[in-house]
Amino acid sequence: MALNLTLRSAWNSPSMKGLALRGITTTAASRMAAQKPDNLKKFKIYRWNPDTPAEQPRMQEYELNLSQCGPMVLDALIKIKNEVDPTLTFRRSCREGICGSCAMNIDGRNTLACITHIPKDEPSKDMMIYPLPHMFVVKDLVPDMTYFYKQYASIQPWLQRTEVPENKEILQSPEERKKLDGLYECILCACCSTSCPSYWWNQDVYLGPSVLLQAYRWMADSRDQSLPERLSKMENTFSVYRCHTIMNCTRTCPKHLNPGKAIAEIKKLLAKN
Amino acid sequence: MSAPRKLSGLQKDVLRLYRDCLRAVRTKPEEAQPRFYAFTRREFEKNIGSMKRTDVKAIEYLMRIGRRRLEQYRNPNVRDIGQG
Repeated sequence: MALNLTLRSAWNSPSMKGLALRGITTTAASRMAAQKPDNLKKFKIYRWNPDTPAEQPRMQEYELNLSQCGPMVLDALIKIKNEVDPTLTFRRSCREGICGSCAMNIDGRNTLACITHIPKDEPSKDMMIYPLPHMFVVKDLVPDMTYFYKQYASIQPWLQRTEVPENKEILQSPEERKKLDGLYECILCACCSTSCPSYWWNQDVYLGPSVLLQAYRWMADSRDQSLPERLSKMENTFSVYRCHTIMNCTRTCPKHLNPGKAIAEIKKLLAKN
Repeated sequence: MSAPRKLSGLQKDVLRLYRDCLRAVRTKPEEAQPRFYAFTRREFEKNIGSMKRTDVKAIEYLMRIGRRRLEQYRNPNVRDIGQG
């Protein structure tokens, strides 16, 4: 009787309930997965460990059963990290394409791992995953973004006004607000900048599409009053004019924005003034 | 007297970084300088002989790390450093 009592109280304790429930759901999930046919796919992932810098980077192969994995590339990466190889390193945060952390080169295209589907039509084709091209690698799929962020800071991405109305908002008409559409959505994932050959060769002097898109975002803002200063900073042969309208930026942008057009608008403003 | 040893560009870069570090040490408060100096020395010695002289990529990687850390420690708000 005493034994029975202790058992029952243990069963009623929240932790036991949670355990039992979890047990039931996981078996249900695995039963569901077992019904699906196995769908194996190989992932080849760039690996480089900074602790042994003398060792060459290599491609490591992982095989996953897609029927037991989420639909996105990031799901596969997380599954590999959780279940196969915990040393695999990559950045991720929001898993819904709003933070820009998981930008990487997937099957030859710069994009966000979290909003890229694993193609199911060609299961025999291996998936190649590299860090963003032409960036220094910190580890595995993590690029060094220090210089990119410095460039972003150099365009002074904040509202600049000479007079600020006291205790009042700075108003904007719907038309003026419309000019910011297609600009404010940029999440600075650096997919476009690192897809631009001009940025590859002139990273030190050319600002690159994503920073220029942001620069234009502040030039186009009706509330900003420092357009002449912003433009004068661009008046050299490098900052903007290294853009040769290659348009890789627009092709690759995972948010379907058009950095190429923004750069063209900056060039137009420069020509006008 | 033998001619001074010819250094490669990369070796000169490493020495330049080391010299920049020593210069940064001198901007620190006097009582903390020996600790900063020992730290600098230790960080460089850590990697001495750990790779081939021709391993340019690895050396350049370590230099990037070194430059970034120099930038961090050069901040005047960093006034002292542990004995480690």
